[in-house]
Amino acid sequence: MHEMGIANSVLEAVRSEMMRYPGSHPCKVGLRVGEMAAIDSEALRFCFEAMIQETELASLELAIEACPRRHRCRSCSRDFVVHDYDSRCPQCSSLETTCIGGDELEFAYLEVEENGPRTLGAKGTE
Amino acid sequence: MDRVPLERKVLSENDRVASGLRARFQEHGVLCLNIISSPGSGKTTLLERTLESLPRHDRVAVLTGDIQTENDANRLKRFHFPVKQITTGGTCHLDARMIESHLADWRLEDLDLLLIENVGNLVCPSSYDLGEAAKVVVLSVTEGEDKPLKYPSIFFKSDLLVLSKTDLLPYVPFDVNTASENARKVHPKMEIVQVSCLAGGSLQEWMTWLEARRRAFSSGLQEAVR
Repeated sequence: MHEMGIANSVLEAVRSEMMRYPGSHPCKVGLRVGEMAAIDSEALRFCFEAMIQETELASLELAIEACPRRHRCRSCSRDFVVHDYDSRCPQCSSLETTCIGGDELEFAYLEVEENGPRTLGAKGTE
Repeated sequence: MDRVPLERKVLSENDRVASGLRARFQEHGVLCLNIISSPGSGKTTLLERTLESLPRHDRVAVLTGDIQTENDANRLKRFHFPVKQITTGGTCHLDARMIESHLADWRLEDLDLLLIENVGNLVCPSSYDLGEAAKVVVLSVTEGEDKPLKYPSIFFKSDLLVLSKTDLLPYVPFDVNTASENARKVHPKMEIVQVSCLAGGSLQEWMTWLEARRRAFSSGLQEAVR
């Protein structure tokens, strides 16, 4: 149960990112969480909700994109999702496949909204 | 509303500290192993027997993590190598900052091997990079053969699986082949060794792996210098 620490890291990152957008507030933070990341999304959501209560981030929404384990075949270069730990290539049956995704624990995006009539800096409109 | 991309990992602060540690280990030629298992799988006993069989002059140190007590450090100090306890006070895993602060008064240039015994937990430690060269997962034969499938993350991220307490195999319905197959379903390149830490049991496979890993690490360093 380390989701409290993960939620804390998310909030720290949001707070530090928001320093780049004075006059705006964060609405939503998107995460990518791989199935091999050892993170329980529901527990993370619970901790996140508990930690933002009665703070300046109370209205911040958390979006979690679950990322399946994906492999790439070294023989035919096919990318595929691994089900039930079967890492054999569905196209050419090769067992020589490399993991290319599924242990993500990373930010995807942050949605920010201006507080007043000011516009975002150049970074925010990229 | 504007959506801005955030290209970083959630634990980027931990990863930053871990990268710094890894660079220092590399610079001073210290092979660091992060040993992880459920509580009671025999990490401390494996370390006791390991320290006991290493020569006294070997440049080895141990950091051992627990939520409370100095018990493990006291057990491991008997072998006259530097040992330090990390008590997390409730946290279910070690993080890179804890390693950094507990290494502060050790001279890394005096070490060749740093063994880190993580808090007994098969889930959370897998998320935290400690700057190690490899993770080692210990699974005892009194646990289920399907543990690699139930807790895939740590088996996925470990280089070596140590099957411990093999002296109990005659008394428990644990099939080594099934457990090994399950581990390799999660991590096809997993290396697997069997150990028994009781008197008369064998540590040989583990010590052979450790020796080979130390040799490979130090020749890798020499390559890098050339």
